[in-house]
Amino acid sequence: MVTAPVHEQIWAWLGEVEDPEIPVISIVDLGIVRDVRVDDGICTVTITPTYSGCPATEVIARDVVQALERRGLHGVRLETRIAPAWTTDWISDDGKRKLRDYGIAPPLGSAAEQTIRLDQIGRGAPRRRSPLEAPPGLECPHCGSTQVRLTSPFGSTPCKALARCDACLEPFDYFKCH
Amino acid sequence: MLDDKFEYLLRLGDTGLVLSQRLCEWVGKGPALEEDMALANTALDLIGQARMWLSYAGEVEGLGRDENTLAYRRDAHAYRNLLLVEQANGSYADTLARQYLFDSWHLLLLQTLTRSADERIAAIAEKAIKEVAYHLRRSRDLIVRLGDGSQESRRLIQDAFDELWMYTGELFATDAVDAVLDAQRIVADASQLREPWLAQLRETFAEATLTLPDPDAWMQTGGKQGRHSEHMGYLLAEMQFLQRAYPGAQW
Repeated sequence: MVTAPVHEQIWAWLGEVEDPEIPVISIVDLGIVRDVRVDDGICTVTITPTYSGCPATEVIARDVVQALERRGLHGVRLETRIAPAWTTDWISDDGKRKLRDYGIAPPLGSAAEQTIRLDQIGRGAPRRRSPLEAPPGLECPHCGSTQVRLTSPFGSTPCKALARCDACLEPFDYFKCH
Repeated sequence: MLDDKFEYLLRLGDTGLVLSQRLCEWVGKGPALEEDMALANTALDLIGQARMWLSYAGEVEGLGRDENTLAYRRDAHAYRNLLLVEQANGSYADTLARQYLFDSWHLLLLQTLTRSADERIAAIAEKAIKEVAYHLRRSRDLIVRLGDGSQESRRLIQDAFDELWMYTGELFATDAVDAVLDAQRIVADASQLREPWLAQLRETFAEATLTLPDPDAWMQTGGKQGRHSEHMGYLLAEMQFLQRAYPGAQW
């Protein structure tokens, strides 16, 4: 017999599964758990991976199954759903706060609005944005200053860019709006 | 029809895989740390996309070959990648010119594939396009900076474009595979992408103070049909060594 509390309990357990590369936030905060279903005692968790090549995806799949099996659920099934594509718009407010506390500037703006301008990307000035132009509103997660700049459009993981603060002089990661 | 779709998916998957392999050759020796990271991240996106295309190709084929079998157990003549992406890395200018020519075409292609009648193709394209838009922003910016940079950087990047130009015709060449899938609205006519692509290049080249090579110059073809340059065997020898020497080995 499946009851609502079971469903909520599974979400709560998934909320304790850490992202392997940014362990301060959970995979639920990250917005990659899209659905949890329990039918005839079989639990199916639907995951939408972040970037196509993100190596964390396979670790996450293993961690989800282990986390639920440890709590006594058996026959956990994982489904991967790629459409609609994952977006940073799905990161929870709590997740964004945890990122900032950890020293990673959370994504700014809406990816949904950004994609409308996709066809402009290969085109010339004046619409063109340099990949090193800091997104409006970017703040240093250490001191809160807005005197910041991007130093590299790519960082240590596919989801991040590198930035530095001209006020406190500390470098920091920026979680790209995607 | 299934064979045509299989062929087409191999073209997409192999192109991403081979370019990813080329970009990985730079890892650890990029001209700057930021460039090293950019190349590695771009390669990672491309290999992720290639996995999705090749997995689907294996399913369509229905002979039990998965992404790994397709990547590691085929010889050069069975590879369907574009000739452009197998070209050697050369100087950093050569690598960036290759990347810009590819990224600008790739984004346009993926835009058409997001409207594919095949839901799986549309979904993969929808996911990949966000990554590729980011690749293009970087490669385009660097072309402008190198072209409108020093005399030497301008000469190197212009030479790189002139050398690679003959491999761009294949991006827009169509054959029977395209025709069959086009008729079923699974893909759009690739030749239709040529004009928008050239328009983008004209803007970029003008801003970079570079000279666009002659669009009607003679073009090399054959990669999509499995006729590759001599580079391909060396590239695969390195990429496939482990699985050839120790079949089925796992990490």
